[in-house]
Amino acid sequence: MKKHLTFAIAFAALGCGTAAYAQDDFTAQLKARQGQFRIMAINLGILGGMAQGKTEYNAEEAQAAADTLVAVSMIQQAPMWPAGSDDMAIEGTRAQPSIWEQNDDFLAKWGDFGTAALALQAAAAGGVEGLGPVMGQVGNACSACHDNHRAPAN
Amino acid sequence: MRRGLILGVVVLAAGAAAGSAVTRATPIDTTSLAGREGDAAKGETVFIAAGCASCHYAPDAEDDAKLILAGGQKFASDFGTFIAPNISMHPEAGIGDWTLEGFASAVKKGVSPEGQHYYPAFPYSSYVNMTDQDVVDLWAYWQTLPLDATPSQPHEIGFPFNIRRSVGVWKQLYVTEDWVLASADTPEIERGRYLVEALAHCGECHTPRDALGGLDRDDWLGGAPNPTGQGTIPSLRPDDLSWGPIEIAYYLETGFTPEFDSVGGHMVAVVENFAKLPETDRAAVAAYLKALP
Repeated sequence: MKKHLTFAIAFAALGCGTAAYAQDDFTAQLKARQGQFRIMAINLGILGGMAQGKTEYNAEEAQAAADTLVAVSMIQQAPMWPAGSDDMAIEGTRAQPSIWEQNDDFLAKWGDFGTAALALQAAAAGGVEGLGPVMGQVGNACSACHDNHRAPAN
Repeated sequence: MRRGLILGVVVLAAGAAAGSAVTRATPIDTTSLAGREGDAAKGETVFIAAGCASCHYAPDAEDDAKLILAGGQKFASDFGTFIAPNISMHPEAGIGDWTLEGFASAVKKGVSPEGQHYYPAFPYSSYVNMTDQDVVDLWAYWQTLPLDATPSQPHEIGFPFNIRRSVGVWKQLYVTEDWVLASADTPEIERGRYLVEALAHCGECHTPRDALGGLDRDDWLGGAPNPTGQGTIPSLRPDDLSWGPIEIAYYLETGFTPEFDSVGGHMVAVVENFAKLPETDRAAVAAYLKALP
């Protein structure tokens, strides 16, 4: 019982702390959304390395990478993009205000990534020849959104 | 900006002093076009490589609408904002009533059928090296493109840059047919040079400009501030760009960097074009970049 109470207090303190911090500069949300893009880049790297011939094609690894991309595409986005967490308002992000001003467009483009990820999932284990065109489709989905909604690097 | 203004006035005065010979808009010598047959299919490749649509489709156009060259995209610069005109085949709103000679003069000389200078936001200082056959093929392809009646908007340019004769002086100073990479040692590098320096006009954004907006060819592809005001456009010189040839070609195909970040900004349109070109063209660009001193 006592142990449970301590745990609850610790948990509450942790929760409050996170909430207070997040309200200030959205650190948690930035880490989460940038982290998901990092997971995407790592797994695209596995597939792209095979497509470029830098690494040997391996059906199982390709499938696992594509499955991971589909998993990322299913993460709900809204909680990671609170209003006021754009690059005009805070540091540490390249998210442009257009994400909120044209939110339907932003979410549609995120949906396009999901569609492309599913195509990659279907093609991944079918041989290296099939990877190239579908990687192009995923690349288009990424850049279509970055074209409008991400600020240039420094 | 102020320095640019003062220099602009000086150049304008110099132009006036030198007289009309310098500031005159000279159309192309048409003898080299005579007897050439246009091939629309080849012209499509020129159209894609030259990125014509990327600047001239309507703002926010998607998919097939990107072939409607209605104009309207805005391009900020130190001299004001240029607004891409309608260059669709519409006879009044666009360029549908032009001749091949008029089209070639516009593309390669920056001279309108009415004998006016175009501003160098239109990259004729790169297209000057477009081959005559490519211009003829491009015009043949143009005939297949849709019409659009959207009127062109005037550029938002103040004095003294709104005096088009002064562009004649600018052309004397900065437009040259000399290649930056003087010797292309293999056919692949030569093709890459044609793509980078002429058709795809990479230098227009990747090379820094001086106070009058001329390219600093001594720092060719050395990187420059982004004219949008946000960020910088990276250097592509061999000492700065660590990517290998395969990585450069893959970036132009898929938009993925070696770290599997993806392309953004105006470069998205460039990658979209390069993805449609043959693999050999993407490899040629990489070979050219690696051949730079």
